[in-house]
Amino acid sequence: MSARPSLEEVLESFELLEDWEDRYAYLIDLGKHVAGLPPALKTEEARVKGCTSQVWLVSRVEGAGAERRLHFEGDSDAHIVRGLVSVLLSAYSGRTPDEVLALDIEALFGRLGLARNLSVSRRNGFFSMVERVRRAAVELRAEG
Amino acid sequence: MSRPLPAPREDFPVLSQRVNGRPLAYLDSAATAQKPACVIDAVADFYRHDNANIHRAVYGLGERATARYEGARERVASFLNAREAREVVFVRGATEGINLVASCLSASLRPGDEVLITALEHHANIVPWQLACARSGAALRVLPMTPSCDLDLSALDDLLTPRTRLFAFSQLSNALGTVNPAPLLCARARAVGALTLVDGAQATAHGPTDVQALGCDFYVFSGHKLYGPTGVGVLYGRAEVLEALPPYQGGGDMIEEVRFEGTTFAGLPSRFEAGTPHICGAVGLGVALDYLREFDLARVEAHEAALLAALEGGLRALPGVQVMGAPAARASAVSFVLEGAHPHDVGVLLDQHGVAVRVGHHCAQPVMRHLGVSATVRASVGLYTSREDVAQLLEALPRVRRMLVD
Repeated sequence: MSARPSLEEVLESFELLEDWEDRYAYLIDLGKHVAGLPPALKTEEARVKGCTSQVWLVSRVEGAGAERRLHFEGDSDAHIVRGLVSVLLSAYSGRTPDEVLALDIEALFGRLGLARNLSVSRRNGFFSMVERVRRAAVELRAEG
Repeated sequence: MSRPLPAPREDFPVLSQRVNGRPLAYLDSAATAQKPACVIDAVADFYRHDNANIHRAVYGLGERATARYEGARERVASFLNAREAREVVFVRGATEGINLVASCLSASLRPGDEVLITALEHHANIVPWQLACARSGAALRVLPMTPSCDLDLSALDDLLTPRTRLFAFSQLSNALGTVNPAPLLCARARAVGALTLVDGAQATAHGPTDVQALGCDFYVFSGHKLYGPTGVGVLYGRAEVLEALPPYQGGGDMIEEVRFEGTTFAGLPSRFEAGTPHICGAVGLGVALDYLREFDLARVEAHEAALLAALEGGLRALPGVQVMGAPAARASAVSFVLEGAHPHDVGVLLDQHGVAVRVGHHCAQPVMRHLGVSATVRASVGLYTSREDVAQLLEALPRVRRMLVD
């Protein structure tokens, strides 16, 4: 497994790919770089429910004080969704709660040039995952 | 003289659009059917020219609105071959129709009573009965299916007994397209004194319906799967059976006289239509039925059967495609999986090829469990489905497979 690409690297790659098949092929490839989660971490609590695919997401906090950062790991049983998990981890993992909450995920997905339904469909579990990431940030910020 | 099939795409404004540069191959009519222009116009025209509340107004406009709503009821009665229009209750859809019967019937269910459903049901024909049984102490029984995904009729002797108060089953399975032997099931239920509820949500659009020939006590369907508007559907009930049910929701239009000491209720069908109903929805549904009947429904059935056979044959010929089930008779829909690929990914990539299919558990998780999968891809046909739509799916699938399966 290679290192997770940065959000900028992901965006640059997407912008270079003009054909939808190439963009999806790249997304599927990104999914293969997701470490995934061991079965023990795929708990009901970690599961983000969707109708058509399953997504799991776990978070942990590293650092102290103003330098506390949220780290996320995730997985899905669908390749394309796992690719989206990869983009999501590139976008959110390792950031402070304020940075997480300031990120405009809808605009980001506009730049990826993928079908709109990928970002907004509550059914594929992806949008619920964004909600969960943001909730983790809100909770961490509330802890002061 | 009935119109030729498939129905012209030009009748359905939605179908004129292109998706990712391709014509839209809409293969999800089992989820909801597209609407002909005459239905869309009827809904707008009702609001433009005829809108008033029904059953109340003495002015001409209100009488016209009432006449259009009740005219739609007459059309539904004729479409179903019901004996009388008062046997037709307008509801929000098949789901509400089933909930109405389950809720009203639960008042008279007792411990020791049984309700029988089948392993092929949509959640809408499972959960209301679970709720009714939980409230009343009655037991829920399930008629299993065979490996081919037909109902296991050999289990009927054990499961359909004098304890059975009601047998609820789908005429046509939404997840697999299995055609159930509805007249036989109704006759078997009648022989033990059980009521029958037939879920016709999937079936009504795909062939003639005759509730008297079926011999059922209740029949439900949704307008939106029948080329009509969403939010309106029908509960048919045999008059003497409907009359024996207690009221469902209370409110306007369903009463005879209201006093604080007690209220008396209106007769059929008003007793089950509390509040202002979806008037323009019913009007639109009536127009959809008129449109559908321009095509001979027996010919619709034959046309769609040929299309579905071509679709299933084409799928079986593709490497890596596994068709779910092999029922004795299939209509409307076929479910499949692409081995090594998640149905969600298949659906997203097919969309890029302009093909709209349903992926997921189809609100039938017990069926998915029987098949040993969490989800499938489902392609379904309708009046307007053509050989070209089927070919677009069959040509896209190998390309999708190359992207997803190493």
